[in-house]
Amino acid sequence: MESVRELTCIGCPMGCLVSVTMDGKEIKSVSGNSCANGDRYARREVTNPTRIVTSTAIVRDGDLPRVSVKTKTDVPKDKIFDVMKEINKIQAKAPVRIGDVLIPDVAGTGVPVIATRNIQKA
Amino acid sequence: MMNYDIVIVGGGPAGLAAAASARKAGIEKILILERDDRLGGILNQCIHNGFGLHTFKEELTGPEYAQRFIDQVLEKKIEYKLHTMVMDISSDRVVTAMNHTDGMFRIQAGAVILAMGCRERPIGALATPGYRPAGIFSAGTAQRLVNMEGYMPGREVVILGSGDIGLIMARRMTLEGAKVKVVAEVMPYSGGLKRNIVQCLDDFGIPLKLSHTVVDVEGKEHISAVTIAEVGPDRKPIPGTEERYTCDTLLLSVGLIPENELSRGAGVAISNITNGPVVNESLETSIPGVFACGNVLHVHDLVDYVSEEAARAGENAAKFVSAGCRDMAEGEDIQLIPADGVRYTVPSVINPGRMDRMVTVRFRVGAVYKNAAVSVYFNDERVMHNKKRIISPGEMEQVILLKDKITAFKDLKSITVRIEQD
Repeated sequence: MESVRELTCIGCPMGCLVSVTMDGKEIKSVSGNSCANGDRYARREVTNPTRIVTSTAIVRDGDLPRVSVKTKTDVPKDKIFDVMKEINKIQAKAPVRIGDVLIPDVAGTGVPVIATRNIQKA
Repeated sequence: MMNYDIVIVGGGPAGLAAAASARKAGIEKILILERDDRLGGILNQCIHNGFGLHTFKEELTGPEYAQRFIDQVLEKKIEYKLHTMVMDISSDRVVTAMNHTDGMFRIQAGAVILAMGCRERPIGALATPGYRPAGIFSAGTAQRLVNMEGYMPGREVVILGSGDIGLIMARRMTLEGAKVKVVAEVMPYSGGLKRNIVQCLDDFGIPLKLSHTVVDVEGKEHISAVTIAEVGPDRKPIPGTEERYTCDTLLLSVGLIPENELSRGAGVAISNITNGPVVNESLETSIPGVFACGNVLHVHDLVDYVSEEAARAGENAAKFVSAGCRDMAEGEDIQLIPADGVRYTVPSVINPGRMDRMVTVRFRVGAVYKNAAVSVYFNDERVMHNKKRIISPGEMEQVILLKDKITAFKDLKSITVRIEQD
């Protein structure tokens, strides 16, 4: 049975309205995207949606009480809250540099959590 | 009195990019004045990703994006002063500022670049009925508290306004364990980017109620509930549509206002639509040698565009200084006219004599248009017709005008940008 899923592409700030025509679980066509990223995003969004998670972690002895962090690449959407739980357990120690790995493999995703801000020692 | 070739007011994304490009253009004596305790401006609290796709072709968080520009400023050894408040800018480009170490000081600037950014519209500007208890925050204040200071303002949240910061904070508070009950938007469309509605609301099942507003705030010490009602086309609440939400936090994301007290003090002409300075193709204000860029000029959705615009302001300020602080206009100015759905254009006037190879004209529309076109007219002749699937007030649009085309057109008096429905 054919069905159409309307998505807003989040690949870039254009926010293209993309239509994915499905036949059951099979993707028949993708339209409305203005670049290849849109096609890729739409196909993945209907099969395996992923997100980059950004948050903050406690940092001791720093010029700020929190260091901002992110998953280095996107993680499955249904893992977002598991990722948050692990981020909320860590305590980094200043100094921290952008790109420092704070969790090597978060919530079994194989993806590291890295710092996104430099924190100087207070 | 100190002397600098270029003084930049504000060390956020606009100020940093303007400084770096002015240095690239060969200007030695540049000074950035920043009132906060670090460079980077609002990006420091914007820990979400999505910055830099246009500039760096990768998706960065706010602090990472800011650091790229801070690094440029440090590498180029551009001077800056933190904790420094600019008190006044005069029409002859004397900047008066103060801080703890230097006290009050004055600088004669060859050129001044205004890069003060914007601030959030507060609840006092809204005429919302009800009490004014603790627990009402602007979304950006909550963002700073959560992301930089590690403090959660509350656990049960209602958000009024669907600006990007409100949407981002809906997700942020949800990730940190709060329950965001609803986002109410008085307009029939969202003021935020589509991608933020998808990623921040839809992903977490947070309802967005368009054409709704807050009609009552309860709680004497601390906020305890708000009532939301649907509004009609006149934006007045429709009786009988009220819904009450218990909450301990009300966040406001109801618009940003360019911060132009200093500009006004200098006598810079301000647009009553953008609330930012009226500028020419060089991003120069009504005062020669005073340039403006970033959110102080008009509120942007994308920092990439701020950086790009600020780089142009930096180059143009450098040009002005290198020419001995002299205006290089030739012939008559060409007026840019916003029409048929286009609310404003930045710039609002073009002088071909000062123009580079091209000029980017940015604008916003006043309503949502589907399957429409952005058209450009030279006098009465249509010279550009760009079809678009969607044009919405939440997303800034642009057209690029080429100098060749402008100078080749006989007796060009005005350039009109309008939305046309085919």
